[in-house]
Amino acid sequence: MMTTGRQVRRKIVSGAFVVFCALAVVSALIPLGFILFFVLSRGITSLDLAFFTQTPKPVGEAGGGMANAMVGTFILIGMAAAMAVPVGILSGIYVSEYRRSSLASAVRFSADVLNGVPSIVIGIFAYSLAVLPFKRFSAFAGSLALGIMMIPIIIRTTEELLSLVPPTLREGSMALGATRAGTVFRVILPAALPGILTGVLVALARIAGETAPLLFTSFNNRYWSTRLDQPMASLTVQVYTYALSPYDDWHRQAWAGATVLIAAVLVFSVLSRWATRRLERMHQP
Amino acid sequence: MIVKRASRSRSDEGRWFPVGTGLIASCCVLLVAGIALVMVHGSWLSIQKFGLNFWRTSTWDPVSGEFGALPFLWGTLYSSLIAMLLATPVALGIAIFLSELSPFALRRPLVFLTELLAAIPSIVYGMWGIFVLVPFVRKLQGLCPGWLRETPFFKGPPLGIGLLAAALVLAVMVVPFSASVAREILKSVPFSQREAAYALGATRWEAIRMALYYGRTGIIGAIMLGLGRALGETMAVTMVIGNNPQISLSLFAPQYTMAAVIANEFTEAADDLYLHALVEIGLVLFIVTVLINALSRLLIWRVGGGRREKIPLAPARAAQ
Amino acid sequence: MIRTLPPGKMMPQSPEALSEARARRPEAPAILAPKVELRKMSFHYPGRQALQDVDLSVPERQVTAIIGPSGCGKSTLIKSINRIAEIGTNVQVGGEVLFDGRNVYAPGTDLVDLRRRIGMLFQKPNPFPKSIFDNVAFGPRIHGKQSRSELEAIVEKSLKQAALWEEVQDRLHTSAMALSGGQQQRVCLARVLAVDPEVILMDEPCSALDPISTARIEELIEELRSRYTVVIVTHNMQQAARVSDRTAFLLSGILVEVDETEKIFTNPSDRRTEDYITGRFG
Repeated sequence: MMTTGRQVRRKIVSGAFVVFCALAVVSALIPLGFILFFVLSRGITSLDLAFFTQTPKPVGEAGGGMANAMVGTFILIGMAAAMAVPVGILSGIYVSEYRRSSLASAVRFSADVLNGVPSIVIGIFAYSLAVLPFKRFSAFAGSLALGIMMIPIIIRTTEELLSLVPPTLREGSMALGATRAGTVFRVILPAALPGILTGVLVALARIAGETAPLLFTSFNNRYWSTRLDQPMASLTVQVYTYALSPYDDWHRQAWAGATVLIAAVLVFSVLSRWATRRLERMHQP
Repeated sequence: MIVKRASRSRSDEGRWFPVGTGLIASCCVLLVAGIALVMVHGSWLSIQKFGLNFWRTSTWDPVSGEFGALPFLWGTLYSSLIAMLLATPVALGIAIFLSELSPFALRRPLVFLTELLAAIPSIVYGMWGIFVLVPFVRKLQGLCPGWLRETPFFKGPPLGIGLLAAALVLAVMVVPFSASVAREILKSVPFSQREAAYALGATRWEAIRMALYYGRTGIIGAIMLGLGRALGETMAVTMVIGNNPQISLSLFAPQYTMAAVIANEFTEAADDLYLHALVEIGLVLFIVTVLINALSRLLIWRVGGGRREKIPLAPARAAQ
Repeated sequence: MIRTLPPGKMMPQSPEALSEARARRPEAPAILAPKVELRKMSFHYPGRQALQDVDLSVPERQVTAIIGPSGCGKSTLIKSINRIAEIGTNVQVGGEVLFDGRNVYAPGTDLVDLRRRIGMLFQKPNPFPKSIFDNVAFGPRIHGKQSRSELEAIVEKSLKQAALWEEVQDRLHTSAMALSGGQQQRVCLARVLAVDPEVILMDEPCSALDPISTARIEELIEELRSRYTVVIVTHNMQQAARVSDRTAFLLSGILVEVDETEKIFTNPSDRRTEDYITGRFG
């Protein structure tokens, strides 16, 4: 039916295509390898006890660390979670239970939109709401921005996981006479909770790496501070500031900070993958 | 015989449950509306004073109160365009490889690696950009033959920082993101489509081409999501682009993007007009990314035959 | 032709009806070597064995049916002939599958050509999301035919062979997905015929269709016999009895018995075959 020439050409085209795709994979991995290698090689040698225990030294002096920044990041994401998790889970419950209502569609759409808003815009929003009226930067404003970013992720995770719970659980509970609310909170939500918490962890890992929305909300702080109404140090902003500075020692510390960030991302990724896989196995009979 | 629909009994619901959770859920909708409102309100002075000329003039002089945002628009569009040109084929290649071609043993680790790439904070990319990519670009510039340096695309002193560095960093960041979404789209194409193609004697490329055709709206959606990400990216770009509000075709010229100028100058805005001008830039950024995201979600939704498609969470995050 | 089942426990077709059906069919020409032959074939998916030591001869230009309970390996068997079963998973194949005397699992086999010469109709109709014309023309296009007039001729001929031409000739460029299930399956059949195969494999082609469409497909199979070798997997024993010349009974991956259809349904040699046919299990 066809000439051998064309047959050969088709095979060559197909083969070239496969090679191209393989090359694409490799070319994506090379930057990753590079970045990881580079950051880790510069960072690991820079990590010392001082990094984890001291606050930044004045300009020009060597040494010091980012202890306050790391604590600051913890506080910021903790507060963000405290605000976003209840809102996100309850919203997710609504969207999952009343999924055909028009409000549910509106919420789903808004969540997707909110997810795509650049984080710097969210920073402006939080600035207008929480910095401008009080005329000062604060940790609260930073957490507000980060919390807003977490909400759509948690809504989506909650909705997905609630829908994965087998309907037999709901039927069993309702058949025993439980109310809808009771069923959701006592049966369905607990069943989905491990997955939801994993999703929350993933969201936390993500906002922990954010810089832009903090630049003019929680700003930065060179001293120890855990006050929510004052500017607060964060690892990302600190690394950013140091990286752009002209001092070698600060560059060294920036690498150390970047290493900590990557290590955190790695740990979170592995953890959430492991948790997801365990959950999958639990749900598979 | 008329069959009556069984009506939901009130007692099994409780009124507070739907109302309570519904109110909280509507916070999300209110947030989006709120952001739009706040942005408009916060840029009002600038909108009033400059109108559309804001986007037609290219003088950005905070000292004298002249604000023209064209350079930032230019920089954002130019860097994102080049980044997408580089990133799209690579992202598609990866998506196809991961969903169709890779040996099974490799699949999970590769997917994990791709998603790890998507999760790295952008300042880390920025640092890699400053300390690795920029010197590389500088060297690249030095290697450029003289005649090439004359063309408008390659003019300029070998600084290293500039549009090309920014576009490259953006490309590296967009690739794992778009690849993840595209991969999910390809996974949703029914296996029987490929079976039918292979059973007719198709080569791998011909069968995959049919799968790509089947998922074409979703794949375009994935690319647009990547574009939205590139447009809003802040930190990595501002660290390598040079932050110079000039409009230039040259890949090697330092330029400026909308997100970068907000990040750099927001805390220095001394007067209200300055601040409002920056917020107006943020407003347009907001509008553009919202439009692109909405359009791409619509396209991805259509591929699923109207069912809501599962769009992966890992990459679906706001640009930094 | 829709037959009602005779009451009681007996065979799905009375011997008289079978002989009558056979008399209506032209005699199959004498054949020397089988078109497709499985020799001691065993097939392993990762973690489980689907087929064990299967010996099966498929004569040329006849219809061979494969029956058996769910999960017995019927689909795997025919999908292993055109090597579709291995797509997307790692498989291990023992023994040989011969097509025109050559083992299709020999290293260096041209899969693209093999699959052109052995066509396949799937359980659920799977037209591409393109026009009817583009669906049927897909095969010829990738195999080299480019000229518009050639393609139009092939599409018309294939659709006529699939008894669909009259219904769709004035809407060839509308989407194939808009057709009914029975029509879609005939588009898929036309698609297969368009590449001029020698063997047509059918994996329960009517199980997703209504009885009228099923009857039409069965009529088509009758017509296809004269030009193509057909292997049809079916869970519907009456269908096997109606359309096939030879029938093979598969049970848990083992080929229990294969013989002329009339003999299998009236006087099977193996006890298990008889049990299956009389409905004692499966």
